[in-house]
Amino acid sequence: MIITIKGGFDKDGLPECVRSVDVSSGEVIGIVGPTGSGKSSLISDLEQFAQGDTPSRRYVLIDGFPPDPEIRHDPRRKPVAQLSQNMHFLADMSVREFISMHARSRGRDPGLLSKVLEMANTLTGEPVHADDNLTELSGGQSRALMVADIAVISDSPIVLIDEIENAGIRKKEALRLLSGEGKIVLVVTHDPLLALMTERRIVMRNGGMAKVINTTDEERRFCDSLFRVDTWLLSLRELIRRGEVLSATEAVI
Amino acid sequence: MKMVIIAGTPGSGKTSVLMHAIKNLQDLGLRAAVVKVDCLWTEDDARIKRLGVPVRVGLARDMCPDHYSIYNTEEMISWASSEGADVLLNETAGLCLRCAPYPDRALAVCVIDVTSGPNTPLKIGPLLTTADVVVATKGDLVSQAEREVFRERVVEVNPGCRIVEANGLTGKGSRELADIIRDSRDIEGEMLLRHNPPLAVCTLCTGELRTAKKHHRGVLRHLDGFTEYVGE
Repeated sequence: MIITIKGGFDKDGLPECVRSVDVSSGEVIGIVGPTGSGKSSLISDLEQFAQGDTPSRRYVLIDGFPPDPEIRHDPRRKPVAQLSQNMHFLADMSVREFISMHARSRGRDPGLLSKVLEMANTLTGEPVHADDNLTELSGGQSRALMVADIAVISDSPIVLIDEIENAGIRKKEALRLLSGEGKIVLVVTHDPLLALMTERRIVMRNGGMAKVINTTDEERRFCDSLFRVDTWLLSLRELIRRGEVLSATEAVI
Repeated sequence: MKMVIIAGTPGSGKTSVLMHAIKNLQDLGLRAAVVKVDCLWTEDDARIKRLGVPVRVGLARDMCPDHYSIYNTEEMISWASSEGADVLLNETAGLCLRCAPYPDRALAVCVIDVTSGPNTPLKIGPLLTTADVVVATKGDLVSQAEREVFRERVVEVNPGCRIVEANGLTGKGSRELADIIRDSRDIEGEMLLRHNPPLAVCTLCTGELRTAKKHHRGVLRHLDGFTEYVGE
């Protein structure tokens, strides 16, 4: 599968610099840019397969053609799974009821609940139970459940991720679970490590796609040291969370 | 001329959806006229007027706002015709969930807020179940899973409706709504309501303030479900 984003217009009504981007199965693409630059709008255009009918007036094509209008509306046929920035559920129902109903809406087996819970609990330290009420879950539990729900119930060839770094969950592990095999993955990120883990990144400016950068070999080498810094930061965070006092020995990456 | 009734729960974003739809109707070359019905007060007419369309406000005051809307349907239509409108858009006050202020030949649009939770579609009755189009707003505030669960609940109670996911801030979904309006049928002849209004005129409607049971008349239902007629 190839999806094509045909450039539209930025916030000033000027044509976007990038006129067309193709993304193929198996590719992970980053979307970067300051807040308000249009990253979430780009994700939203992809999620609804914009046909010149969104504020950006972009077109999103599948294998070169506009998709069947039905797949824009019917979750059973929608080839897109999206992890948005939302940190909490608002639905007042149990985890069991919600996941089963979501499975039904996607035409999947409601029995997948146990698999969703099992996966969610690998991402968060505080276990999620089937009879917990959704609205009582912590931010970390909610995000873990959202990620697992997307990986298991919404299992789709296109995965859109709108920021994963502030989720209070294991972000690299979450990205791995969401990406699966041979999927098209677009991930909005402010995190240098996640941005450099992608093959290309779209740079957003003033509501438009300003340019596309291929991750260079030099940047990839950078990635290893970034990963060490990230792991170090995470371990410090864990120590502080546990109420410990840091000593000079921890100050070594 | 086409007629569109925009109803929905308070705060769901009816006016924003309406305004974005007007802009898209103008892009499609259609002339809209708007009647905004409210209970006591509104200043939305000033906002809508800035789009360059004729606007009238109706305040229901002491009358039931849905009954007021329905009672004035003929007047609204003749006013919109005299303004040379292709589409009459009537935004209702949207308070009572027992009535559905939809005449059969008009396009019935129910605006509902996704953040109100997936049980809301089960609670709001004919307002949603007899609508042609259900516009789900504020979907950007919840996860995709919640949007899909919400949608499933809407389809459960109204299997034949078109569901439009809209955002009152960005205008998402408004082009789709404008296309549906453009393709809707013209109104003609006598129109019937799609759903019967409540069982009888309510004593409270006529000014009764006392809460004791003995002062109330009409078809009345007790807490345990027993229903009786009290009166002459």
